[in-house]
Amino acid sequence: MSLSIAQGEFFGLLGPNGAGKTTLISVVAGLVRPDAGSASVLGADVAADYRRARRMLGVVPQELVFDPFFTVRETLRFQAGYFGVRTADPWIDEVLHHLDLEAKADVNMRALSGGMKRRVLVAQALVHKPPVIVLDEPTAGVDVELRKGLWQFVRRLNRDGHTVVLTTHYLEEAESLCTRIAMLKAGRLVALDTTRNLLATFSGLQLRLGLERGELPEAFAVRVLARDDARVTLRLEGYAELESVLAQLRQAGVAIKEFELEQPDLEEVFLRVMGRH
Amino acid sequence: MQGFAALLRKELLRFWKVSFQTVAAPVLTTLLYLLIFAHALEDRVRVYEDVRYTAFLVPGLVMMSALQNAFANSSSSVIQSKITGNVVFILLAPISYFEFFLAYVLASMARALVVAAGVLLVSVWFVELRLAAPLWALAFALLGSALLGALGLIAGIWAERFDQLAGFQNFVIVPLTFLSGVFYSIHSLPPFWQKLSHANPFFYMIDGFRYGFFGASDVSPAVSLAVVGISFALVTAGTLALLRNGYKMRG
Repeated sequence: MSLSIAQGEFFGLLGPNGAGKTTLISVVAGLVRPDAGSASVLGADVAADYRRARRMLGVVPQELVFDPFFTVRETLRFQAGYFGVRTADPWIDEVLHHLDLEAKADVNMRALSGGMKRRVLVAQALVHKPPVIVLDEPTAGVDVELRKGLWQFVRRLNRDGHTVVLTTHYLEEAESLCTRIAMLKAGRLVALDTTRNLLATFSGLQLRLGLERGELPEAFAVRVLARDDARVTLRLEGYAELESVLAQLRQAGVAIKEFELEQPDLEEVFLRVMGRH
Repeated sequence: MQGFAALLRKELLRFWKVSFQTVAAPVLTTLLYLLIFAHALEDRVRVYEDVRYTAFLVPGLVMMSALQNAFANSSSSVIQSKITGNVVFILLAPISYFEFFLAYVLASMARALVVAAGVLLVSVWFVELRLAAPLWALAFALLGSALLGALGLIAGIWAERFDQLAGFQNFVIVPLTFLSGVFYSIHSLPPFWQKLSHANPFFYMIDGFRYGFFGASDVSPAVSLAVVGISFALVTAGTLALLRNGYKMRG
């Protein structure tokens, strides 16, 4: 796999479970040593120049890990200390404020809810002000409100010049946040383009129909995206096809009760890419 | 070295926050050993001419508790971090494997010395102690606790479950400390067991430390210090090799 992410990008790393997203992140973060190949962060090799590479990287790990001995503030102070940040308190306060953690600053990590612990993980990744932020499924199991707040904060960091790399299973999040997306499958890169291009490449429409009676013609099998009794979703290459599709259905004696036409979204693109490879 | 300083502070605070368990408990346990063995053996055993058995016992117990706590500190910290996964915060940081080693070993030594000081403080209520050669005692306390701190790192890195670590502690560390002459002089043993005791590095740590109190020992303190020093160098080399390769830490 060869992949380079430009400075200042909001980059999405997508793929099914086991595709290698976390492994890729772990290699970049120095948590896993690759059998072959190399990775670098803003020009610093993650093995040969690990101190510089790690200073430039803030990683939010996927698992909800914490040290039960310490409070939120102690956790953040230690984390800042590991990165050689001496006067971290003003920035820690700012991060706590943006993540809505101020009230929990002096609470032991054990006493926090899952969502709160997730926020602390984000704060820990940001505590040394890294130019590159990697978020490995940061919104898994997080409520809608926090998700919104979190994305607002991360968007702001991105606007301020931070490079953001995100993995997520919520494709609508990736679609709305990421300017460029890589799709991984079984450790290989199967798609890499801007979000706009990906959506355009797989341009096509989804025609959702509620059938009153009749059976779809056999030639329609390749068009069927989903079928649930009388509800069926068909794929169209474009608006031009609509008229002929409806005509063919009428000829086959299919009566339509409901009709809905939708633009493709990233989920559709994702499923098609994964299906092709 | 700033990362190292933060890691050392974290490790110190970690055991200090639960000092009731990490300091007070071992002091109490050691005090119980002292009371029971002193009561049972005070009038029956005499190792050195002018030293009462209870007095003979104290330095051994102090050193034993220091060594066991040095081992417990680094091993339990590493395995807890590994099992709960929070070791990732250290692995993500720009901290070298040598700084990692140094922070864990120094924190282990700190806990060992605090426990040792606690045991000594409590013991002087019961026994009159003299310090014939305090620098020797200090040298053995420092080197011995560093050795056990490093050994604890190896055990913590190697073990994947708590029971494996407990096995290491119960089947290696405890027998070696109990059979090192804490409770007796090895001169009282049959020749075979005496010889075997000489193969136990813990014996040299206890014997050397005791020399600092009474100015008398089974083996010359210089020899003991050399044995402990070489053991420390070997264990350090092994620990550093594991850490450098990321054994069971970095995939």
